[in-house]
Amino acid sequence: MLDNWLYIGLFIIAAILIPAVAVILPRWVAPRKPNAIKQETYECGMETVGDAWVQFKVQYYIFALVFLIFDIETVFLFPWAVAYDKLPMFAVMEGVIFIAILLAGLMYAWRKGALEWA
Amino acid sequence: MGDPINLISQWFNDLLLGWGLGEKLVAVLSLFVGAAILVTASLLTVVVLIWVERKIAGRLQDRIGPNRAGPFGLLQPIADIIKIFTKEITTPDGADKVAFNIAPVLAIASVLLIWAVIPMAATVVGSDINVGVLYIVAVGSLGIVAILMAGWSSNNKFALLGAFRAVAQMVSYEVPMVLTLLIPVLLARSMGINDIVQAQSTWFIVIAPLAGLIFLITSMAEVGRAPFDLIEAESEIVAGFHVEYSGMAFGMFYVSEFLHVWTIGALIATLFLGGWRGPGAETWPILGLFYFYIKTFVGYFLITWIRLSLPRVRIDQLLSFNWKFLTPLTLVILIVTAIVDKALAIAGAARWLYVLVMLAANVLVGWGTMLVLKTVEPNRPGRVRQEFPPRPVAVAPEAADN
Amino acid sequence: MSGLEIVFLIVAAMTLSAAFMVVTTQNLVHGALWLVLTLFGVAATFVLLNATFLAVVQVVVYIGAIAILLIFAIMLTRKVMQDSTSQTNANWIVAALLGLVLFVGIAQLLRKSSAVGMMMPAMDAAVDPVVQLGEVLVSPNAYVLPFEVASVLLLAALIGSIVVAWKK
Repeated sequence: MLDNWLYIGLFIIAAILIPAVAVILPRWVAPRKPNAIKQETYECGMETVGDAWVQFKVQYYIFALVFLIFDIETVFLFPWAVAYDKLPMFAVMEGVIFIAILLAGLMYAWRKGALEWA
Repeated sequence: MGDPINLISQWFNDLLLGWGLGEKLVAVLSLFVGAAILVTASLLTVVVLIWVERKIAGRLQDRIGPNRAGPFGLLQPIADIIKIFTKEITTPDGADKVAFNIAPVLAIASVLLIWAVIPMAATVVGSDINVGVLYIVAVGSLGIVAILMAGWSSNNKFALLGAFRAVAQMVSYEVPMVLTLLIPVLLARSMGINDIVQAQSTWFIVIAPLAGLIFLITSMAEVGRAPFDLIEAESEIVAGFHVEYSGMAFGMFYVSEFLHVWTIGALIATLFLGGWRGPGAETWPILGLFYFYIKTFVGYFLITWIRLSLPRVRIDQLLSFNWKFLTPLTLVILIVTAIVDKALAIAGAARWLYVLVMLAANVLVGWGTMLVLKTVEPNRPGRVRQEFPPRPVAVAPEAADN
Repeated sequence: MSGLEIVFLIVAAMTLSAAFMVVTTQNLVHGALWLVLTLFGVAATFVLLNATFLAVVQVVVYIGAIAILLIFAIMLTRKVMQDSTSQTNANWIVAALLGLVLFVGIAQLLRKSSAVGMMMPAMDAAVDPVVQLGEVLVSPNAYVLPFEVASVLLLAALIGSIVVAWKK
């Protein structure tokens, strides 16, 4: 079984090397004429204003948090789904209860307005 | 005779053994060469896809698409590649050099890695790991890290904003995507992708059509294809998180997007349309490869068709569509599939009855959703149809004599 | 040295050096990126121990969700780009010595304990470990109560995070 993972390890090496070669190759082929104006930060042709930081918008963080919770829930459900054949109906209902509790959590987040963008 | 790929790999192994290398080294080398060939083949597929996409886009927009470079414009992608290779890669002031250069390579590596586990024929499977489906989700998350790296290291606040919005979109749509991936796993009782293909004596699109549809929609949002393409939004925020990239580095992001759409087509073909299965695919593996490519192309064409027909959505519409519609719907369909499947298994239903009941359950859930939507939003602004009384148009105007 | 041992040494070296870079690098965002590499190394170690499900779960949950959350938190705060204070203060020699003593002590403990050097328990090769995990998670004689309590815990985490982070 470890053979399969060896293939994946080699695939990772190949998948990083070949695009890296493709990105490094233009260093010899493409022109390299850096000058101060070309390297300015792009702001639709205007002079840049202020540092490159972004106003803290809490929505980004909330969405990432809700995603984290649901991701962990799904990860718990995968072994349940794989062992499905060997489970009696009672065990299937247990999984359904698991999902229902988290559906309730989603409803709470919805009512509280945590899923609004504005 | 119908199994050329294994023949070639056997010949290669014998060749290396004949040169006197140790057996383990030969195994590792031939695996590495196989991986490198698959990576290169995927990158070359993108070259063909660029031409296919532009031709389809042209025809669907009532024009001809590229037809100057070579017969039928077939050399157009070659011209594009030569152009991208020879453009200068500018690094903006204050950019974080290491992260700036690693991000495109990581973005395309995360898409290429998916191809390691997809079975393309009965005997051609890269790596038959038993956790294939979760592996696909895992390498998708590497792509998300690459986007964050690209946006932050450009030292450009618009790139950073674009990267945040892109990550918010991709991360939100990953929830229903992983939940719909649970349904083929449930139906096939295994996470290994080859097992899922073997279990599709009836294609899963028939047993779980809603799950297939939701997977299609969420994958389009993951890639950033229209109507969810605010990540690039060419006419609005000028390329979002990769605005500071030029030349081959940008080319890598571009290639990774095309390859990702092709990979999504391959995933839909494998998980819902039966993969390499078809008449005669077990005895002649080359036929399996052929069926796989046709099904992948069907998925790719569907995604491109949708892209060229629909306008872009806004970010708040995007996110409420995901969290308030797709996620509850996916959870409900998951519960329904689990209960119905177990009930049918306990009752010992025949195969045709099973397929029919599952299809009926999906249709019922879909219909119930439509009902709920109609009761919840009957008078949405913008859906009001004004009634204009019929008015004769072709009459002589009122005499305007003054 | 078998191939497995060589691979393990490479993976362990990568993980440890990435972890070292996490704590010593001056730029916070670089630290987060080194953390991603460390977590990837831990996933590779899981693969070497034949715990393939845990390896992919590690990447999905840790790198795909927690590291992203961390990077969001870092990038959304101001003035994080350059941290130009020195990484060490005057007492760093004492701290390094203490760390070395702790390391030697724990290494000795591990050498003497019977758990080290044990072979991996021979699992029944015919049954997929993920299937066994699934059965055990929902069977009333095994872990079904922790399974349901885990869902309540996740619900509590969701509600708590919304209450804390949401100002309206």
